[in-house]
Amino acid sequence: MLKRLTILMMALVLSGPALAQSGPLRLVITDGVIEPLPFAVPTFEAENGEAVQVASDISRLVAQDLSGTGLFREVPASAFISQHSSFAQTVVYPDWRAINAQALITGAVFVSGNQMTVKFRLYDVFSGAELGGGLQFAGTVDGWRRMGHKVADAAYSRITGESGYFDSRVVFVAEAGPKDNRQKRLAVMDYDGANLKYLTDSGSIVLAPRFSPSGDRVLYTSFESGFPRINVLDVASVGRQQITTADGEMAFSPRFSNDGRQVIYSLANGGNTDIYRTDLVTGANSRLTEAPSIETAPSFSPDGSQIVFESDRSGSQQLYIMSASGGEPRRISFGEGRYGTPVWSPRGDLVAFTKQNAGRFHIGVMRTDGSEERLLTASFLDEGPTWSPNGRVLMFMRETQGAGGTSSLYSVDISGRNLKPVPIQGGASDPSWGPLQP
Amino acid sequence: MLMSSQKSRNGNLRMNMLTKAALIGLVLTTAACTRPDRFGGAGDGAGAGAFDPNAAANANLGGANDPTSPLFFNQTIGDRVLFAVDTSTLTEQGKQILTGQARWLLANADYLAIIEGHADEVGTREYNIGLGFRRANAVREFLVSQGVPSDRLRVTSYGKERPIEICSDESCYAKNRRAVTVISIASLS
Repeated sequence: MLKRLTILMMALVLSGPALAQSGPLRLVITDGVIEPLPFAVPTFEAENGEAVQVASDISRLVAQDLSGTGLFREVPASAFISQHSSFAQTVVYPDWRAINAQALITGAVFVSGNQMTVKFRLYDVFSGAELGGGLQFAGTVDGWRRMGHKVADAAYSRITGESGYFDSRVVFVAEAGPKDNRQKRLAVMDYDGANLKYLTDSGSIVLAPRFSPSGDRVLYTSFESGFPRINVLDVASVGRQQITTADGEMAFSPRFSNDGRQVIYSLANGGNTDIYRTDLVTGANSRLTEAPSIETAPSFSPDGSQIVFESDRSGSQQLYIMSASGGEPRRISFGEGRYGTPVWSPRGDLVAFTKQNAGRFHIGVMRTDGSEERLLTASFLDEGPTWSPNGRVLMFMRETQGAGGTSSLYSVDISGRNLKPVPIQGGASDPSWGPLQP
Repeated sequence: MLMSSQKSRNGNLRMNMLTKAALIGLVLTTAACTRPDRFGGAGDGAGAGAFDPNAAANANLGGANDPTSPLFFNQTIGDRVLFAVDTSTLTEQGKQILTGQARWLLANADYLAIIEGHADEVGTREYNIGLGFRRANAVREFLVSQGVPSDRLRVTSYGKERPIEICSDESCYAKNRRAVTVISIASLS
């Protein structure tokens, strides 16, 4: 496990083009224990009086985003020798080397009414050089968090060589009330729990929302009619419509194709559940599995050519992969216990899943041929992983035991490190992580 | 008189019934089962079974001693059967209850029934919906085998979304792994 972790994290660090050019700025890994990379974020320069508060807030958010990955560690301002209070000033590298800040992030903010601009630079302290060029983002003061996330994404990306995931949103089910009268409604939030907005009321049960690839729409299962059906919701207008599925009713577990045009889902006919596909443009339906067992939780491969799903055709829930047009599937899970809710990673190389074994639930990942299974979590009930846009982090639901049990969201690296709750007021389940925003 | 089975399958059942102002959804008598959103909330009425929750709340279940009343069905005959872990096989006790349900449904031909399948919390959400359908369908098939016309029966599944017992051990799980036959009036005319 430790060996694999080392390889994984080294790959993360060394594969990026930015690092290939930048010499020593990298994450240091020793014996599989990662030493987070120390960075410093002096409070961004406020270019005018109106910008003072937001400049401070954005600096803190950038530091929070980076520290929150577990890959970086902030050097506190109390340790600073140079203050670097002006964006334009020359970096005094020896002052930052002396406090072992390997990366230095500087910025400046200008505010005019509700409009603002943020400039930022990233320095490789030990090479004594800037890493990448300066960047500038413009937006509204109300949307300052997004600009902070964009700065952090750029820094993350330049240091790791991977795209970031901070400027992204998560759609999920907000929960309230006791277990035998739980109220559920759709909600959307930033990846860090901020800016929570409800999308539906709690008049009827809603389950398992799934973002479209561009984040403009959400598929979900609704019990409004007393029978599970699939709705699609426009995130901006909050307009809803029912998706016309094969046979029209008792459909659940939907997910978009990566072009946002197809929906794959489960349809129950009598006691049997199979997987179907509907083209949202033409309305054409096709049946993809034909078995007397339960086939559900389908998820497309990133190139759209294959579908991973769960089936209990062998006698217990296991994971299978089939062609996107159906046909004979091949089983990929063979470990002890039961496997469900598979989700193909955005990189295409891994499948995340829920595993149930010996009275415990786990979130895990395996390669698409079923090899290298790794369990990342364990609890009374962990369920339903969703991938960060860059495929490095999983978010999932954890439910506590007993009559007072509640659900909340957690995230964990695919290395199994950095397990932590997502701060949300109230109960939460069924997260679906949307794309990095444009 | 019953609505036609075709309408029921096509999801027009509710509309037809409501136009006659004749639909009353009848729910279980236990307190835990009379939530107003039981059949979905005051929604857009897009589908069959979206019974008016207010009608359900005011429904006349009849007298407990009246063998033709839904209350008698719920209390004396028994509206639910239980299942073992991850199975949809009817127990002998379950079959006895369902034999009684079938007799009642045959003797009271004005009623429809929706069979709701449920699962305990130990399982993933999607699979448990599929499992609930299996359980509901096992009940449906048994009732049909006893002569109840299939067009008077509909199935749905709530998976693990509607537990009636909330502890996290087998004493509660056993009661949550259930299929409940919910009686509703087809027509008062």
